[in-house]
Amino acid sequence: MHKLTKFLYLSLLSLLTLSAKAQMPEVEMADTLRENGKIFVVITIISIIFLGIAAYLIHLDRKISKLEKE
Amino acid sequence: MKGIWWKILGPLLILYSIIMGLYGPVPRLPILNETIRVLYYHVPMWFSMIAMMLASLIYSIQALGEKKGADLKAFEFARTGFLLASLGLLTGMVWARFTWGAFWVNDPKLNGTAVTMLIYLAYFVLRTSVEDAQKKARLAGVYNIFAFVMMIVFIGILPRMTDSLHPGNGGNPGFNQYDLDSNMRPIFYSAVMGWILIGLWISQLRIRYKKLSNA
Repeated sequence: MHKLTKFLYLSLLSLLTLSAKAQMPEVEMADTLRENGKIFVVITIISIIFLGIAAYLIHLDRKISKLEKE
Repeated sequence: MKGIWWKILGPLLILYSIIMGLYGPVPRLPILNETIRVLYYHVPMWFSMIAMMLASLIYSIQALGEKKGADLKAFEFARTGFLLASLGLLTGMVWARFTWGAFWVNDPKLNGTAVTMLIYLAYFVLRTSVEDAQKKARLAGVYNIFAFVMMIVFIGILPRMTDSLHPGNGGNPGFNQYDLDSNMRPIFYSAVMGWILIGLWISQLRIRYKKLSNA
């Protein structure tokens, strides 16, 4: 009987440590965002804005070049 | 720099950092979480700011050697550097709010940056307040050398001598645990290169514009 309680106690303990290990804080990241694939929308939008600014710089550069030629 | 290749390369490098910076894998770290990606956008502001200030310093030294037009170039590079620093400060404040808990914390790097920006503001005031072109070039040139040295002291040396929330300070420079991630390195360095090129481009545009409006 004593052996049985000891066994039960130990198995309970190992079970507890197992669940504790499972509860190791998984660091939260935007995984679902990537699963949905919708991160592409965000990337596209930011890229469009950046390309717009780059295009504006090109526009300015051309305007100034034109003035310099005059 | 001559030609247009770098005006194409700069935006392409930044575009790469935007796309891969948001989509690429990053280390999973507590507190930082996804904000580790801010490294690709916030830190290059400072790298490119220092590059602009370095260019400004070189032109200021040339201006003291009475090279024509160098004073204007020094001024415009410092202005672009100041713009990049403002963006770096604003983005850093948002990042700090969500990782350190407040928009402004009493960190030696933050306070050092604030002092540096005030030093450069004084440079702008000084240069615009002198009428005589030769005197302007000499005064602004001398002050700008002082400003660069102070910037290195305030953001490069002092934060490393005390504890700082910024990684790599209060000890070894570098990014420590972030730098270990080989996935992040190419994206980060291309962002730095790209923003330096954009900074050069904006400065060049302003210099050309100023030359036209003065002529």
